[in-house]
Amino acid sequence: MTHLLYGIFIDPFVQMAAAPDLLVQTLWEGLVSGVLYALIALGFVLIFKASGVFNFAQGIMVVFSALTLVGLNEHGVPAYLALALTIVVMLVLAIAVERVILRPLVNQPDIILFMATFGLTYFLIGLGELIFGGDPKIMISDQLRLPSGSYRIPVFGGYVQMQKIDIAATIIASLMVATLAVLFNRTRIGRALRAVADSHKAALSVGISLEQIWVIVWFAAGIVALATGIMWGARSNVSFALEIIALKALPVLILGGFTSIPGAIIGGIIIGVGEKFGEFYWGPLLGSGIESWLAYVIALVFLLFRPQGLFGERIIERL
Amino acid sequence: MGRTVGGPILEVEGISLSFGGVVALQAVSFDVREHEIRAIIGPNGAGKSSLLNVINGFYHPQEGSVSFMGTKRRSVDPHEAALQGIARTFQNIALFRGMTTLDNLMTGRALKMKSSFVQQVIYWGAARREELEHRARVEEIIDFLEIQHIRRTPVGRLPYGLQKRVELGRALAMEPELLLLDEPMAGMNVEEKQDMCRFILEVNDQLGTTIVLIEHDMSVVMDLSDRVAVLNYGRKIADGTPDEVRHDRAVIDAYLGVAQ
Amino acid sequence: MLYREVGQYKTSYRADQALFPILQDRIGIAVILLLAFVGVPLTASSFTIDSILIPVLVLALAATGLNLLTGYTGLLSLGTGGFMGVGAFACYKLTTLFPGVNIIILILCSGFFAAAVGTVFGLPSLRIKGFYLAVATLAAQFFLSWCFIRIPWLYNYNVSASIEVPTKTLFGLAVTGPTSSPVTRYLIVLSIVAFLTLVAANLVRGRIGRTWMAVRDMDLAAELIGIRLYQTKLLAFAVSSFYCGVAGAIMVFLWLGNAESESFNINQSFLILFMVIIGGLGSLLGSFLGAALIWGLPIVLRAAPAFFGVNIRSATAEQISFVIVGALIIFFLIVEPYGLARLWQVGKQKLRMWPFPY
Repeated sequence: MTHLLYGIFIDPFVQMAAAPDLLVQTLWEGLVSGVLYALIALGFVLIFKASGVFNFAQGIMVVFSALTLVGLNEHGVPAYLALALTIVVMLVLAIAVERVILRPLVNQPDIILFMATFGLTYFLIGLGELIFGGDPKIMISDQLRLPSGSYRIPVFGGYVQMQKIDIAATIIASLMVATLAVLFNRTRIGRALRAVADSHKAALSVGISLEQIWVIVWFAAGIVALATGIMWGARSNVSFALEIIALKALPVLILGGFTSIPGAIIGGIIIGVGEKFGEFYWGPLLGSGIESWLAYVIALVFLLFRPQGLFGERIIERL
Repeated sequence: MGRTVGGPILEVEGISLSFGGVVALQAVSFDVREHEIRAIIGPNGAGKSSLLNVINGFYHPQEGSVSFMGTKRRSVDPHEAALQGIARTFQNIALFRGMTTLDNLMTGRALKMKSSFVQQVIYWGAARREELEHRARVEEIIDFLEIQHIRRTPVGRLPYGLQKRVELGRALAMEPELLLLDEPMAGMNVEEKQDMCRFILEVNDQLGTTIVLIEHDMSVVMDLSDRVAVLNYGRKIADGTPDEVRHDRAVIDAYLGVAQ
Repeated sequence: MLYREVGQYKTSYRADQALFPILQDRIGIAVILLLAFVGVPLTASSFTIDSILIPVLVLALAATGLNLLTGYTGLLSLGTGGFMGVGAFACYKLTTLFPGVNIIILILCSGFFAAAVGTVFGLPSLRIKGFYLAVATLAAQFFLSWCFIRIPWLYNYNVSASIEVPTKTLFGLAVTGPTSSPVTRYLIVLSIVAFLTLVAANLVRGRIGRTWMAVRDMDLAAELIGIRLYQTKLLAFAVSSFYCGVAGAIMVFLWLGNAESESFNINQSFLILFMVIIGGLGSLLGSFLGAALIWGLPIVLRAAPAFFGVNIRSATAEQISFVIVGALIIFFLIVEPYGLARLWQVGKQKLRMWPFPY
């Protein structure tokens, strides 16, 4: 029993202090995966902010976009052209989703739209497998001129290894977030997006075209998904397993709120770092693989204390 | 009318309620006597619905207390309010849209149905007897409210006026001591209003149910109620018989306009 | 004109409350039960029983469980696979610990274990609602999946982390394990499923079903009628998980014969959820229709092209069925959110008029 208590409350911290360079390494890895989770969450936030739809299919969009890119390249299309074509495909997808799913279901309760995105997810999984096959693929990092290799930085007597692709991912993610934040808050389109998020009816009555906004937003989410797919694919590979990993964005959203872009980032980092630390320092005690559920449990515990998440708004129900 | 008004069964004392920075009610006190029909009137936003919500247990006031049948509390749970015998209808209709009229009324009997889980699983025997017993009671209410023809219609499909009637039926199914009606005639045409008035009067007359009524139609208020309380900006500005209130200066200024 | 109710007056509320108040429905159900209990064992092939009938019955039971929670009470759950797994592993451990006890009793007991676990994971419903609760059930699903691999005691320290079903007998007949015949297993599955469906029907038409639906439709209004929200939600979790647990147990013991953690993963949860959505949320009939459609679709897709002389690989048929199921979900949500069950009801209404147009 004392062994268990020691293992939970004392030992991990002893380990952290004993090898500070490993601590920094874990912190860095947590940060990177957190940033990638945040990117997926960002796609959710975009769509939710503007259409009130919780897009469960965001994860599969990450996979699907990456698969399209690699698939095109496999068939001989040069890398940058493939990239451009994939962007077009994501636009087509956005238009199709708006026309086929969003428009007919515009007045239904949120839970129905949520379930419709389940259908979309399975549809894309099947379609993706049919077109591209089910085997994992390798991201075309070289062709896209993505950096490879790593830096070794001496720290605390040891050293930390940082993959260049990870650094690139962090920078690109930050740029995307900054761009989207500016887009939302400073431009005319952004204002229209916020109006639509607030009230469809009111937005319609001032002449904002819901359909256009929705296409724009789903397309933007598609671009974010593509960027995430490229980064993630470059770090490991492109496979449908990624779809399940993308579900981790849900705890991120719970922490960060569904409508907050900075919330998605902070939530992502908390989940990413929390998960890595849990896996590395507490994992050996509980057995491997706890990262499959740790993020959800962290979010659950959070919800019990703050049912509306870190940044969410408290909804007062009027009777 | 064949009933006599008794002593107070509901006493609201010094209720103050605010949400964030918005003050909904300020030091409101009034009482409701047994068997009477009490109206609450006032302009929109005056806090009438909030007051009902406090009595009912949905809102918890920052100050003041509510005494019902002798039990004095700062705040109650909605569940407790129901147990005490308070039933309610809503401005925006709070019916269970996925269920039929009959089922909606039967849910009103929830507190009175005591069969256990195991009995429900078996169904034949105790659970069925209880179900039929309560079905018979609910059918009496259905007859009374003349809604036999829509018994099996999902309430979401009913026109507004009928939905309001069904909601009244569900409240009656609880066999309440105190019935809170929030704008029961809103959106109804003349005939529907007359029917509703008739129902309210009969409930009060034959069952002796005490009724608190929020209403905007002044002729209805004057005809039906024994006493009227007037709210404005969260404060009570008048309280008395319909005649007294109609001629009250403050009420005319705030709400009624020039008396006809 | 066949389906007219004219002339069938209910002279008592008792007759009105019956499960099948219309005579034609009663006849229909009697015929179906006769076919199921007598006709099938006499005529159906082992293949049909093992690959179609038993799976559909098992999945329909799980779908019924999920329907009670999500369709009737309105609590979206993505943990169905996990709860099925709890039932399966509980049954396995029970047969290991109590080898002499009747397997039917053990199966029902494992349902209670699943109910207990389900209630625990339903505890957050006190504070968490709607979508957030669905994420909490995801936590349950991933955690349980992890447990099924990481707790070797569950699978008796088997090296491959899978469970094999021992041969159990009933009245001298082998009912589980490799020596049991499909017909025997089918009849047991059918009996269990029929019984539990009857129980569900009783729950749903009485007080408890109404309180569940009230919580689903407007929980604030339910509160003011005196319904205790928390108890109602927890009961829904408990009963639903019981059904899923039993389904998991019979899935392993009377259908597959073995299982591992993968059999109860998130994909299983989605599969059952889709059955409920397509079949009809809030309809017991829908659970069966949805199970039949989703299970039958890949089979039809594999068999039909062969009928026309075209061969497609099994994996391709699987992928095509994903595409079709995904599209069907969207289609049903748009066109008929109450699923196949409502289409069936509408069809029956048309039957009342047929062959007249109006």
